[in-house]
Amino acid sequence: MAGFWARLSAGLAKTRNTITERLQEIVPLEGKVREETLEDLEAILIAADVGVGATEELLEGVRSERVGSVADLKEALARRLREILREGYAPLAESVEPPLVILVVGVNGAGKTTSIAKLAARYRKAGKRVVLAACDTFRAAAAEQLEVWARRSGAELVRHQEGSDPAAVAHDALQAALARRADVLIVDTAGRLQAKKNLMAELGKIYRVLNRVRPDLPQETLLVLDATTGQNALSQARLFKETVPLTGVILAKLDGTAKGGIAVAVQRELSLPVKLVGVGEGQDDLEDFEPDTFVSALLGEEG
Amino acid sequence: MLESLAEKIQGALRKLGSKGRLTEADVKAALREVRLALLEADVNFKVVKGFIERVREAAVGEEVLGSLTPAQQVIKVVRDELTRLLGGGASRLTFSPQPPTVFMLVGLQGAGKTTTAAKLANLLAKQGRRPLLVAADIYRPAAIKQLEVLGTKLGVPVFSQGESYPVVLARLATEKAKREGLDPVIIDTAGRLHIDDEMMAELERIKNQVPPQETLLVVDAMTGQDAVNAASAFHERLGLTGVVMTKLDGDARGGAALSVREVTGVPIKFVGTGEGMDGLEVFHPDRLAARILGMGDVLSLIEKAQSSLNEETARKLEQKLRREEFTLEDFRTQLQEVRKMGPLDQILGHLPGWGQMKKMPGMQVDEKELVKVDAIISSMTAEERLRPDIVDASRRRRIARGSGTTVQDVNRLLKQFNDTKKLLKQLGRAGKKGGKVSLPLGPFGI
Repeated sequence: MAGFWARLSAGLAKTRNTITERLQEIVPLEGKVREETLEDLEAILIAADVGVGATEELLEGVRSERVGSVADLKEALARRLREILREGYAPLAESVEPPLVILVVGVNGAGKTTSIAKLAARYRKAGKRVVLAACDTFRAAAAEQLEVWARRSGAELVRHQEGSDPAAVAHDALQAALARRADVLIVDTAGRLQAKKNLMAELGKIYRVLNRVRPDLPQETLLVLDATTGQNALSQARLFKETVPLTGVILAKLDGTAKGGIAVAVQRELSLPVKLVGVGEGQDDLEDFEPDTFVSALLGEEG
Repeated sequence: MLESLAEKIQGALRKLGSKGRLTEADVKAALREVRLALLEADVNFKVVKGFIERVREAAVGEEVLGSLTPAQQVIKVVRDELTRLLGGGASRLTFSPQPPTVFMLVGLQGAGKTTTAAKLANLLAKQGRRPLLVAADIYRPAAIKQLEVLGTKLGVPVFSQGESYPVVLARLATEKAKREGLDPVIIDTAGRLHIDDEMMAELERIKNQVPPQETLLVVDAMTGQDAVNAASAFHERLGLTGVVMTKLDGDARGGAALSVREVTGVPIKFVGTGEGMDGLEVFHPDRLAARILGMGDVLSLIEKAQSSLNEETARKLEQKLRREEFTLEDFRTQLQEVRKMGPLDQILGHLPGWGQMKKMPGMQVDEKELVKVDAIISSMTAEERLRPDIVDASRRRRIARGSGTTVQDVNRLLKQFNDTKKLLKQLGRAGKKGGKVSLPLGPFGI
């Protein structure tokens, strides 16, 4: 976990500094917490993309505790953030009956394919047999992109021609995974904006095709969220969840200066836990999400 | 979907309307709504703060408070300020006096650079230029291939040299363009983090090697508060000349545009909508301001209609309406004209209040329904189209079979047609009485 801590805190250093600095700026260390202080705190949380709703709820809670000092304020805030993020949190499913099928969905450019590559590399490293399904048959060269990653990690790829029915690819890939007794099947899908009805319907079909073969499949349906995304992430989570039963979130691109506060908003409003975080471009830069560590880093509490 | 900001302001001020004049406190309450709405639209919180200050100053002036419609005045102030922040008028690409002109696209991973590069090439080719696309993203697997596929589709040449160093590649590409008279050169660079020093240095070297006329930052419309950090870092190192805002066809408010414009001072030149190669439009600040306010974008709609609707057809249609000779054939022509304007939900998205309407039952638009209607009418004889009354049960069965639909579908269409006809009759009468029938526009007529 040392690697995770180092990378995540490096990734979140900016957030941490901002929040700590801002807090110290607005509240003298031993000073009393005033109403204005809470208003400034509101701005700080919003600047981390936590969202207006979650921010107000957090502030309401802190206010009701009548905290006096900055330290108490931070502690109260951290505790509430941890509570939100812990709710319903579960690590990635360990398949009871193979294959473990992971369906990966998200908007264009969120980081689906890269996240899948990392996930495949992780399972390959654990000695698992991995099949990848190239269901993004729409974007030019999407299958080629996945193919390169598959070769690098030693995963097997099932693909059709560009423009073919993605549900058919999913079906074939699942049959292949079953026949080859693969441990893991990861299904890559085309990026789609959540407001596009037809594309969302297509996604529903991919899910049903998998589900019809065996009712426990897919065990995981993960939404990839770009950590730089703002409040639109809520709309993404909501509409994708209406289409397919999401089991969690992969928070990608957390290695920039983005704060990833949307994770809090998404968990709070949709009970959708973050399961994995992407913290770099290497194949190993995908880690299990740890609510405690995330909050500590967010609020600048070392170790 | 968010409640429209314009509605929120009106709501906040409506309570006070009956009391007569507004006070500063009333304006303050309304501005709190504005602040929250802007934050929900992902406008950076620092930008919001300055914005609210300026609006407050403008809004507590005598003119607004003494006005008979203070709520609308406040909305107008907000909208004007938004438009001003977004940069006033539209800003266009500039070309170098010495061809080839070089455009370089830069941005974070997943912003949409490759798609934008292809769309830009398509747009410029349509204007009669001969662009060259340069695949300088040698890092993301298959990025080169992606651009090549798009280039082939568009008939635009793509320059690539495997995994040659992007700086060398850019130079070779401009040399080729000069030799072959290709202009402009559009360089698609790899996505990178603004804090990745080595990768940012690479862009600086490309920039020094082939001075680009325009260095365009591609920004995802869904970006949150961090947009300002990335944009200012790119601007500091590269001296941006423009911004392209992508993925505006979703339901994102696009508040990031405001932040980016404010912190860099660089104009937004284009907006990207959809994955089709035509989805790149010149940016109009006033229209995005209306979108952030949730007031719809009637101007874009009118423009679309003007470029798509055949004037002759429209005139004929109007005559028929007046003479109450509207037939199924006309109905179909009308549908086809509307469909030429683009995907239906995109067209309707321009309408004020559509965000709200969409949620109501029965308001969901299904493109497939239109295809069905087209098929049903096509399966009718000429006589049936002119005189739908003669379509009896047996004819309905035949039409359903011929169009691959059901009798229920045919019934529904005929009923819809009759309803439309009735509606048109009423409108026609209203028109004759001299009352002009017009589209309901925004709160102050736009």
